Amino acid sequence: MKTDGIDVGKVAELARLQLKPELKEKLQHEMEAIVGYVEMLSELNVDGIEPTAHAVERVNVIRDDVAELVFTREQMLANAPDTIDGELIRVPQVLPGEGMA
Amino acid sequence: MNCVSLSLREASELLASGRMTSVDMCRAFLDRIRKVEDRVHALLNWKEEDILRQAAESDARRANGKLLSAFDGIPVTLKDNICASGQQCTCASRILEGFISPYDATVTEKLKKAGFVLLGRANMDEFAMGSSCENSAYQKTANPWNLDCVPGGSSGGSAASVAAGETVIALGSDTGGSIRQPASFCGIVGLKPTYGRVSRYGLVAFASSLDQIGPMSKSVYDAAAMLDVIAGQDPMDCTSLPQEKENFADDVEVFEKNPRLDGVKIGLPKEYFELEGLSSGVKAVTEKAIETLKKLGAEFVNISLPHTRYSMACYYIVATAEASANLARFDGIRYGYRSPRATDIQSTYFLSRGEGFGMEVARRIMLGTYVLSSGYYDAYYLKAQKVRTLLRRDFEEAYKKCDLIFTPVSPVPAFRFGEKADPLQMYLSDVFTTALNLSGDCGISIPAGLDETSGMPVGIQLMAPAMEEKRLFRTGRAFELAREQKEFLAPLD
Repeated sequence: MKTDGIDVGKVAELARLQLKPELKEKLQHEMEAIVGYVEMLSELNVDGIEPTAHAVERVNVIRDDVAELVFTREQMLANAPDTIDGELIRVPQVLPGEGMA
Repeated sequence: MNCVSLSLREASELLASGRMTSVDMCRAFLDRIRKVEDRVHALLNWKEEDILRQAAESDARRANGKLLSAFDGIPVTLKDNICASGQQCTCASRILEGFISPYDATVTEKLKKAGFVLLGRANMDEFAMGSSCENSAYQKTANPWNLDCVPGGSSGGSAASVAAGETVIALGSDTGGSIRQPASFCGIVGLKPTYGRVSRYGLVAFASSLDQIGPMSKSVYDAAAMLDVIAGQDPMDCTSLPQEKENFADDVEVFEKNPRLDGVKIGLPKEYFELEGLSSGVKAVTEKAIETLKKLGAEFVNISLPHTRYSMACYYIVATAEASANLARFDGIRYGYRSPRATDIQSTYFLSRGEGFGMEVARRIMLGTYVLSSGYYDAYYLKAQKVRTLLRRDFEEAYKKCDLIFTPVSPVPAFRFGEKADPLQMYLSDVFTTALNLSGDCGISIPAGLDETSGMPVGIQLMAPAMEEKRLFRTGRAFELAREQKEFLAPLD
């Protein structure tokens, strides 16, 4: 593990976060310090150790495949930032090209 | 009526005796909120009309002999990451400002079925990320013991609302100590149940393999009684565990008739006490607590948790990785904040998230994204998951020698606002609490004494194996009855 050169811009791109330039610089230092700290894990030999992904080991918890009406459309859309007549979520243009009505 | 110290048990007795109605009780708490809230700022919102309506409904049930439980009519505050239908749930974040929960969390549903009055929404670090409540996008909550100090975090509003006497009891959530540390800082009891004991359905996810909802209360009995209310397997949370109904409160009631700890073995992990930075005040309180427990008959044994020094590194990789994935859902499309400057789909994501998340949340999303990113996944995330296995094995080995483990909760008592400005230093203040979330076991923070220099409360932590909460409650209750300082009342008046 080597920490030099965390590409903060690239990570922000992956995380879909618009960062102000001064914030980028601050994060650069902070992330390097934190990642530098967690480097200590490289001291440990974990050959043959199974990873723990979850605190409890349960698999395939399933319920009966029965359709239920949990929320109405109105309830589902009540928190949407923008809708079309309360029926559909309105989003800004997705594909490049001429504006759509 | 003295709201400040009114426990769940006393409130239940008071209502049952007929000496007070739920409406009277809730009015008293509303008066208390009016009196102290402008100094404490524990609550993000509460609606008097709604509270009194719930209380009146409870009184009507009582009059008609249709009580829902012994706790019908008692007020409870919810951390602002727990959904309650029709109420705002912001996680103290701008990105969820105005978000109205369309449904009840399972714990909320259980509280309602028991007749509790939902009193208000408690402040927190944004998305439960922090140890001081300073990361709330809305307000800073003060510690009722000293208004210049933080209440701890992330469930700081829940802790402060209980300690300030604004409510009888509260729910918080604990991902790396977020119930136990603020409980310690505010002189109350905080329980992190076994992972899977309580359903997480309706808890806004931070780190799904670590998060757990738990009670924050004025006594060990109250924590046990509240766990009875909220525990249980839930078809809506596939990680919730099958379990028998345990009746923890009844067990405590029987036990406290002869609260001795003879035959109980408590482990002292040497690594926790060798830690640099353990303050002398906290050390003094914990040493005294050990003496108290010994006098009760408990036997202390030295144990080792050899990977302790790696727990923080492991935690901050696992927690941030899961957070970055969980918080990907905040995209400005279906709910939550959408930037008005967005012009296309990409800028909707980038601007809504950039403007909506606070600094600490952005920092953790960035860290999580980094440790999960191509080329670093094996070195950080997979490695941390393997180290998590080693940490869990440490505990398994330790519990072969003891029934419970005793440690401090936090190396220092409540600190002042702004005192921990460096994020890494803030992270490291969780050194005694994160391992428990990684292991998935249960633990409790119980007030033990006051720090000699600052006069702030200091808690001790008891940990037990998964599903062994009963051990925490028994030992905790015995300690609570025997400790030198009987009452922990914040000097707000």
